[in-house]
Amino acid sequence: MNSTNTNPAEHEVQHLIEIRGIGKDYQDGETTVQAIKQMDFYIDDGEFVAIMGQSGSGKSTLLSILGGLNHPSRGEILLDTLDIYGLSSEQRADLRSEYIGVIFQSFQLIPYLTVLENVKLPLAITGKKGKQQDKMARDVLAKVGLTGKANRLPDQLSGGEQERVAIARAIVNKPPILLADEPTGSLDSKTADEILALLKELNEKGQTIIMVTHNPDACKDTTRTIQVKDGSCYAH
Amino acid sequence: MKLYNISFNNLNRRKGKMIFLVLGLFIGIATIVTLLSITESMSRDIEDQLDQFGANIVMVPKSENLSLSYGGVSMGGVNYKTVELDEARIPDIRTIEYSKNIGLVAPKVLGAASVKGKDVLLMGVDFESELALKNWWQWEGTPPAQADELLIGSQTAATFNLAVGDSLVLGEKEFTVTSILKPTGATEDGIIIGDLHAFQKVLGKEGKVSMVEIAAFCRDCPITELVLQIAEKFPDAKVTALRQAVMSKMQSIELFKSFSYGIAILVIFIGSLLVFVTMMGSVNERTREIGIFRAIGFRRGHVMQIILLEAMVVGLIGGVLGYLGGNGIALVAMPLVIKNGTFAGFNYNLGGVAVLLSIALSLLASLYPAQKASNLDPSEALRAL
Repeated sequence: MNSTNTNPAEHEVQHLIEIRGIGKDYQDGETTVQAIKQMDFYIDDGEFVAIMGQSGSGKSTLLSILGGLNHPSRGEILLDTLDIYGLSSEQRADLRSEYIGVIFQSFQLIPYLTVLENVKLPLAITGKKGKQQDKMARDVLAKVGLTGKANRLPDQLSGGEQERVAIARAIVNKPPILLADEPTGSLDSKTADEILALLKELNEKGQTIIMVTHNPDACKDTTRTIQVKDGSCYAH
Repeated sequence: MKLYNISFNNLNRRKGKMIFLVLGLFIGIATIVTLLSITESMSRDIEDQLDQFGANIVMVPKSENLSLSYGGVSMGGVNYKTVELDEARIPDIRTIEYSKNIGLVAPKVLGAASVKGKDVLLMGVDFESELALKNWWQWEGTPPAQADELLIGSQTAATFNLAVGDSLVLGEKEFTVTSILKPTGATEDGIIIGDLHAFQKVLGKEGKVSMVEIAAFCRDCPITELVLQIAEKFPDAKVTALRQAVMSKMQSIELFKSFSYGIAILVIFIGSLLVFVTMMGSVNERTREIGIFRAIGFRRGHVMQIILLEAMVVGLIGGVLGYLGGNGIALVAMPLVIKNGTFAGFNYNLGGVAVLLSIALSLLASLYPAQKASNLDPSEALRAL
C-alpha cells in the first residue's frame, strides 16, 4: 500500500497490519481500568479475520484502535509498516478516508440523507465529480442488492437493507481494509447469513476484512478467529 | 455529493430548529432595520418640514446704526433713517445658481408707528408666503386677505383692547382687525402684522423691504454655498444662515439615532446568543453524526465547513427576511411615530449591511460550536465503536 499523505517508511512488508504490544487504559474516577491489557498479533492482506469475545471483552475498543479512531495507551499499530498513531489526527482522517472502510454497529446511517447520499458520503471529501460519485455509488448499491432503493430514506428500509447500505458506504471508496463492528448483531439469522455471504464475497474479491462479533456462527466463513477475553488475546 | 449537500439536507430536515435560528436573527436584524429606517425617515421628514416651512436664511440690509430686532435677528435700523432693501430686486434671489433649492421667499417691511399714543412695531408681509413659512402660527378669526386687514399679536391686542372686527387707524389709513394671533412667546406677540404694500405706505417706505426670510431646500446642497450666492447678488445686504434651529432638531434626531443603535446592539446580542445556544444544542445533538463523519475520514475542517455553512445559510435567510421585515414595520410604524410621516423607502446599502451583519453574527455565534464539533474525539462520538 502506498500513501502519499502519510509517507510510509519503505522497507520490506511482512504483514498488512501488525499489532505490537498495544494496551488501552480508561480512567474511571480514581481507578484505572484496563480495557486492553496487551495484544500482539498481525493480519495479512486478503484475510477475513473475526475478533470474537463477549460484551465488555475489549473487542470493540480493539477495532476502534485498528481504525485509527482511538489512541492506544501503549504499543503501536503498523499499517503496511506505517505507525498509524505516529500520524496526526488529520493524517489519520486521510488514512481512514483512503484505506479503511468502517461498518458501524447499528448501521449509523445519516437519517436526513437518502440511501444514495449516505453511500456517497465518503466521496464528498475526495474531490470526485458528481457524475463519477453517482456512478460509483449506484454500482456499489447494485453490488449489495439495493438497486431501486437509492432515493429512500434510511428509516424506510428494513434492518437488513440498512446494513447493506452501511456496507455499501464502507466499500464505495474501494478501501483495502474493511472493519465491521457486529455487522449481524441486530439482524435475524436469515438476514445475518445474507450479510455474511456478502462480506465473504467482498473478501474473495480481495478486501481484507476484520469483523468484531460475539456470535460464533458468524465466524464460519472467516479465515481466522482471534479470541479476546478480559482485554487480552487468547488464541489466533 | 458535496459538503454543502450535507448542510442543506440537515437544515431541510431540522426545519423547526432552522426556523428558530432564523427567527433569532430576523428579530435582531428587523429591529436594527426598523430603527434605522424610522430614524432616516424622521430625519428626511424633519428636513422636508424645515425646507418647506421654516426659514433657514435671513437677508437684512447692512447697517451701522442701532437697530430693533425681530426673531433674534438684527433689523437695519427701523427707528432711524437707513438703507432698506429694494423690493424690486427681491425676485433676483431666484436667479442664483442654486435657485432650484430656493423654496419660499418672504419679504417684510418693519417700522414703528404710534397707536393711541403708544409706539408699536408694524410688520408688513406677503401673507401667502408668510403664513406658509410660519406654519406654527395659530389665530382666532380669519387671516387677512385684503390690503386693509390686520393680524394682531396677542399682547398688542390686549394692550389696545382689540378684538376681531375692530378698526384701527395706522397713519391716515383705517384697517380692520380680522384675526388675533394666539400667544407665540416670540416677538410676534407684540406687533401688528399687515399687508406689505399697505404698511410700506404707512411707514413711508414704498418699494422698500427691511428683511427677507428665505426657506431653502438644503438636503443635497451646502447652505453656506446658497448664502454666498445670495450675498453676491445683494452686496448691500447681510445674508445669514439660521443654523441653530436646524442643528437643534438634527441633534434630537442624532440622540434618537444613538438610542436606536443602543437598542439594536442589545437585540443583536440577544439574537446572537440565541444562535449560539441553538447551535451548541445542535452540535451536542449531532455528536454521533459528527463521529460518523470523522470515522469515515472527514477532517476537522470538513466538519467545521458543514456547521459554518449551515450558519451562513441561516444568517443569509435571517438577514434578508430581517431587512424586508424591518422595512415593512417601518412603513407601518412611520405614520404612528411622526404625524403625517412618510417611509423614506428601501435603502439598499442598509440592506447589504444588514445581510452581511446577519451572516457575520451567525458565523461568529457558530464558530465555537463548530470548533467544538470538529474537535470531538471520533471514538467518544461513536461510543458504539
